[in-house]
Amino acid sequence: MRLDIILRVIAKLLIPFALVFGLYVQFHGDYGPGGGFQAGVIVAAAVIFYALIYGLPAARRVVPDALVEFLLAFGVLLYSGVGIASILLGGNFLDYFVLGADPISGQHRGIFWVEAGVLITVAAVMLKIFYVFAARKRDAGEAGQ
Amino acid sequence: MGAAAIGVARQRNLYGVVLLSGIYSFLMATVMVVLDAVDVAMTEAAVGAGISTVLLFGAIHLTGGTESKPIHRPWLPLFVVTVTGAMLVYGTLGLPAFSDPKAPIHQHVAPRYLKEGPEKTGVPNVVTVVLASYRGFDTLGETFVVFTAGIGVIALLRRRSPRRTREKDDEGGRA
Repeated sequence: MRLDIILRVIAKLLIPFALVFGLYVQFHGDYGPGGGFQAGVIVAAAVIFYALIYGLPAARRVVPDALVEFLLAFGVLLYSGVGIASILLGGNFLDYFVLGADPISGQHRGIFWVEAGVLITVAAVMLKIFYVFAARKRDAGEAGQ
Repeated sequence: MGAAAIGVARQRNLYGVVLLSGIYSFLMATVMVVLDAVDVAMTEAAVGAGISTVLLFGAIHLTGGTESKPIHRPWLPLFVVTVTGAMLVYGTLGLPAFSDPKAPIHQHVAPRYLKEGPEKTGVPNVVTVVLASYRGFDTLGETFVVFTAGIGVIALLRRRSPRRTREKDDEGGRA
């Protein structure tokens, strides 16, 4: 772990750009390629990269397990919440036209929140799967001692 | 790509298999770019080549690095796969030619999506429009699928401290 200074420095340089690129893919998804799913995977990949270089405990300090589990459910709830909100505003389920002052801004708002829900769930699920895979042997080892 | 696929099938060392399938995913992503499906290419590169490679390495770390010798000869499965593949290829002969504008798939709702989608929603990327707006229910379902996958993995693999002690007791009782 002492000889990997190149990896550590490169990771430190790359991870902020990866996260910003994830946000770009998310918010530019209306105009270019991308969207919630891709952005979620990129964000999760950035955190997994961090965990690979700096170790799992460090990553778990940055993004704790409880937060990941909360976000996992929160994304789905956000997506469904958009649907419920459109019912409450007098439309059908996931009918974005009623969400804004005029139909186009309503569509914009609906797509934005739906994609945010997809981003949150996908990123959290990928991260959680990685966490439980990577932590399993470690936890089992602690249990054995 | 064919070489990578054959390598995956022939290789006995699972580390090699994981690396080759990562290469396969990257090649697949470039094919998607050539076909102008940049969204799919992005997903393929990030999930197929990135995260699933890491996850498979994690799984190998848990289980060990070499494939066990198969018990049966592979002739019957090979026969079934060949017949199924031949039937599928035969089926594609009846499809309209690739990128034929008169194909039914381009006549149904696609023209309406392409024409009206950007106007009605003000979002120029038609993929996003179809995914999030026209097919909002489907995407909600997909999000639930991802969510369920995460819940399933948590339920299978997570160890909580009370269960941990109980398992230890079981092992002690057996020993």
